[in-house]
Amino acid sequence: DAVKALCAIRHQAAISTLIDVLKYNNPGAAVAAVDGLIEMGDIAVSPILEQVDGYNYGARAWATRALAGIGDPRALELLLDAALNDFSLSVRRSAAKGLGGIRWEKMPLKDATRAKQEVLAALLKVSQDPEWVVRYAAIVGLENFAISTDGTFQLEEIFTRFQEMRESENEPVICARIQLAESVLDKYR
Amino acid sequence: MSDFAEYESNSPSLTVEQALANLQQKDDSGLRYYAAWWLGRFRVKEPEAITMLIDALGDQTDRTPDGGYPLRRNAATALGKLESIAAVPALIDCLACEDYYVRESAAFALEMIGDEQCIPALINLLDGGVEAAVQVDGKPHLRQPYEAILEALGTLGARNAILMIEPFLAHSTEKVQYAAARALYQLTGENRYGDRLIQALDGKDLQLRRSALMDLGAIGYLNAADPIYNTLAENSLKLIALKGLLENHLKQQSDALSDQSKHVMELMDGLL
Repeated sequence: DAVKALCAIRHQAAISTLIDVLKYNNPGAAVAAVDGLIEMGDIAVSPILEQVDGYNYGARAWATRALAGIGDPRALELLLDAALNDFSLSVRRSAAKGLGGIRWEKMPLKDATRAKQEVLAALLKVSQDPEWVVRYAAIVGLENFAISTDGTFQLEEIFTRFQEMRESENEPVICARIQLAESVLDKYR
Repeated sequence: MSDFAEYESNSPSLTVEQALANLQQKDDSGLRYYAAWWLGRFRVKEPEAITMLIDALGDQTDRTPDGGYPLRRNAATALGKLESIAAVPALIDCLACEDYYVRESAAFALEMIGDEQCIPALINLLDGGVEAAVQVDGKPHLRQPYEAILEALGTLGARNAILMIEPFLAHSTEKVQYAAARALYQLTGENRYGDRLIQALDGKDLQLRRSALMDLGAIGYLNAADPIYNTLAENSLKLIALKGLLENHLKQQSDALSDQSKHVMELMDGLL
């Protein structure tokens, strides 16, 4: 409840404290702190990136979730690395979803094309993850990526990957999620 | 459960040949114990592996100070993961082993294998009903592995056990109650049993909430979708439970996605 109260303050001074909460290995408090940080949005991004580096693994996992929820392009590098390389499937999962939620309008146009290319390449790779839930998150990421780029960025490549996945996928839940993503993205075709 | 794979990254890797050799030798019980687990974890379904694991169900050498049979426990678990029909008679014999944990592993294994011939032997373990289902003096467990037995009877479709199972809804241990509700839902399809598990999602104890999540995922009770989403527990577990619901629902659907399917996916998206 103290964490909730801090979130309610919505003040920059609270950010530092919320980030501190992430390292106490208290999942209940961490969930509330992550929600609070996501609600604070952009002003929380720099402090998270600065503070979290020296933290333990669990805290970095929670921070990744917060950054994924905020969608600020400054977190892009961290999210790309987490989605592709983190040993924990729950971090890869939330980072993959976060890659689909980058707010491109916050990025200088000259950098955006290359960054979009990187995000798409990463998501296509993550869609081959051995864990079903990470593949599921990659599909959600790809769907949101296509939406966030209005279907103007290599949409056909995404559809091709979906088709490939359906042919090799053993999990009915993943196939259903692909079907849903295709129906959502159809309007851009 | 695949979600725990990340915790296994420290385990030494073996080749199939090494695992079989380790299981065969008798000098190092630790190596044998690990090899039995490994063969199950990595789904080594070769006939040689199955034969050796069935053999290990009768092992006399690996004993704990209080008389348990650790190797038998791991071998039983592995044979369940390998879904070995050939192991069913030996696993049924294990239900009479004096080691509680061997009986428990055997019951879970028989559930996974899914062969109905073990039903009478499982029902036998419920002898004395809920009155006899009390804790063993000086041990941390009940007289029988009731959770595993009830779960297996539900999964195996043992409708003739319904009357035996029903009283366990009132057992003093919550997890046994949940196992009974889970089995009864599978055997009758009646919502009141699924609703009993939904109620459990509100419990005070995180372990019990986790347990109810897994049970609901296993029976695929679609009415539980929103309560699962709102449960105070790890997103990883909630995702696994919702996956169970969706899988079960998809089995009953044609090619078009139903509104319920879309709703469950929407909830899952929110937990990533």
